[in-house]
Amino acid sequence: MEELIEKLKREVIEQLNLEDISPEDIEADSPLFGEGLGLDSIDALELIVLLEKNYGLKIEDPKDGKKIFHSIRTMAEYITEHKKA
Amino acid sequence: MNQVISAYSGIKPGQAWVNGGIEYRDENFITFAEFIKPFFKRLNLGYPKFYKMDPLSKLGFIASELIFKHIDLDLYDKKRVGIVLANSSSSLDSDLVHQESINNRSHYFPSPSVFVYTLPNIMIGEICIRHQLKGENAFLISEKFESSLLFNFVNELFLNNRVDVCLTGWVDLLKEQFEALMMFVEPTGLAITEENSGMLLPFSEETMDDLYKKM
Amino acid sequence: MRPVYIASDNIITSLGASTFANMEALKAGQIGIRMTSDLNLFPSPLPLSLVDSELLEEQFLYILKYYKKNVGLTAYTRLEKLLIISIHDAISQISQNFNDPGTLFVLSTTKGNIDLLEERYKTQFQHRRIYLWEMAKTVGDFFGFANTPLIISNACISGIMALMTAFRYLRMGMYDQAVVSGGDILSEFVISGFQSFQSISSTPCRPYDIGRDGLSLGEGAGTMVLTTGIEKNSGSLVRIGGAATSNDANHISGPSRTGEELGFAFTDAMKEAALSPGDIGFINAHGTATPFNDEMESKAIGEAGLLESPVNSFKGYWGHTLGAAGLIESVASVHALQDQMLIRSAGFESLGVSEHIRVIAANEKKKMSSCLKSASGFGGCNAAIIFEKDNV
Repeated sequence: MEELIEKLKREVIEQLNLEDISPEDIEADSPLFGEGLGLDSIDALELIVLLEKNYGLKIEDPKDGKKIFHSIRTMAEYITEHKKA
Repeated sequence: MNQVISAYSGIKPGQAWVNGGIEYRDENFITFAEFIKPFFKRLNLGYPKFYKMDPLSKLGFIASELIFKHIDLDLYDKKRVGIVLANSSSSLDSDLVHQESINNRSHYFPSPSVFVYTLPNIMIGEICIRHQLKGENAFLISEKFESSLLFNFVNELFLNNRVDVCLTGWVDLLKEQFEALMMFVEPTGLAITEENSGMLLPFSEETMDDLYKKM
Repeated sequence: MRPVYIASDNIITSLGASTFANMEALKAGQIGIRMTSDLNLFPSPLPLSLVDSELLEEQFLYILKYYKKNVGLTAYTRLEKLLIISIHDAISQISQNFNDPGTLFVLSTTKGNIDLLEERYKTQFQHRRIYLWEMAKTVGDFFGFANTPLIISNACISGIMALMTAFRYLRMGMYDQAVVSGGDILSEFVISGFQSFQSISSTPCRPYDIGRDGLSLGEGAGTMVLTTGIEKNSGSLVRIGGAATSNDANHISGPSRTGEELGFAFTDAMKEAALSPGDIGFINAHGTATPFNDEMESKAIGEAGLLESPVNSFKGYWGHTLGAAGLIESVASVHALQDQMLIRSAGFESLGVSEHIRVIAANEKKKMSSCLKSASGFGGCNAAIIFEKDNV
């Protein structure tokens, strides 16, 4: 799980063009939206693309996004849970 | 009613200037990205949204920021600051990136952060967001820089009292070819300060042609 | 300042190639958005509002003969055909010379010939046709228009801006008349992009409705011929009373949270027309049926004191035709005004926005002398324009 979390941090930084931010700056449990990284609605949509592109996981209902993308850890948990299928 | 150009900026490969003086020079870059990033960092704007912009918007954004170093926008009613920009290639630079992302059906991942920039007026949106400008705004297209295109549009805004001041210019970028000329236009009476009275230029097609030629 | 009148117009969409055909369809409640399976456009079926290709080719062949052009159908792109058909229909309704320097040609489009980026068109057209100025020149030269086209590419408000610009230049005496045309085609480019925004509905869109869940995309072209010389046409004259644009300065793809900036555009347009909210017969708003756009518009209508005015969106009929929308929907608004008719906002059943706007739920006659058309677009832009009828 920790390896996946580190990988996700790098992927999120790349997918969202988060210049000047390194994986060390992102806490696995910190909320991605709201304060912190200052992500917006387009970033939320980009995370959906990231899941599909890098992990083959399609989110059927965009409203589930809030839970899945709450933090890097919740993203990692979602991936771990669904990749088995 | 007469207007003057109270500040102007220009950017082309390797250099940028403001009000006739060199602002930045870098001959050692190869791509636009390599040119604009260190330039942005040098300006110390503290605006990380910049990194999400596409190349065209970055170019227009920086060209306008060079102007706003010399213009205090808080002096104006932000609902009456106009922005009128034009170019030749529209958003073709980002269009090509988006098209690339959908060319291969087996690797089909269109990206919203790319798609949103497939409209040339987004650059205007970025400038408005940065400075909370809410007035008249327009993006026009022409094959080459046409001073009359911008002049007629901006002049009419002043004549019919739709703006108090106006940012206007030409911002074009396609891959590694890029050029930007940005001008701040205001009524003569409003513009004169001790600092700038020597260098105010009349707002006219001739002046704009001259500034463009000098690029 | 000279009054600027609408001398003639055209609409070409999934519902037909003339204003008349489209207005009849609207009044009959006919929806032009249909479930479409076309792998060239999208991997799975989607509700789209496509112009009938057979009709398009047939109409264009007729026009090639009419203008004695010695070229085949493949010499022009889909968008160029739409624009040329639309412009021809509008200008042929008036006996006037359009080839003099006193005629302004304004073109509105968001993506132009963007389909030419696809592999299948690589050898058919020169690369330069992708440039909006080359596409516009191709269309203008078809008719022999004297002036370089004035091209507006400002997201979904382009159409209204094209009319606004022509209005502003004509009233000042810069030109005597204007051919104002707007068009956009459906393409994989555009559909895939909106899909990445998760903003496309799986059913025909439902503006302002509580169950709305996204937009439907469409294509088409619309044209208005504007004149300062008063033409003795059948039907009463409609003129442009005022127009304005504004910017939300909030987010490049999401609309303002308060709607006050669109409200400014409403207010400024009314001020220019010397009208007050009570004078506005109806508002044809943008109404894309995305949760955020419609909500923002309802707030803007409230901000501008226009809550008493009946509101509709035409996007339930034609889908969102992007650069054509401002023209197509303005033409329909003008005709609705001339017919003294409030046209039902297709797709609407129960109100799903926080302000109590009066969405038109059924066709109804109304005595009115003006209407307001608005649009909003990516980049935070907004536009509003007012049409007025002289004799009611």
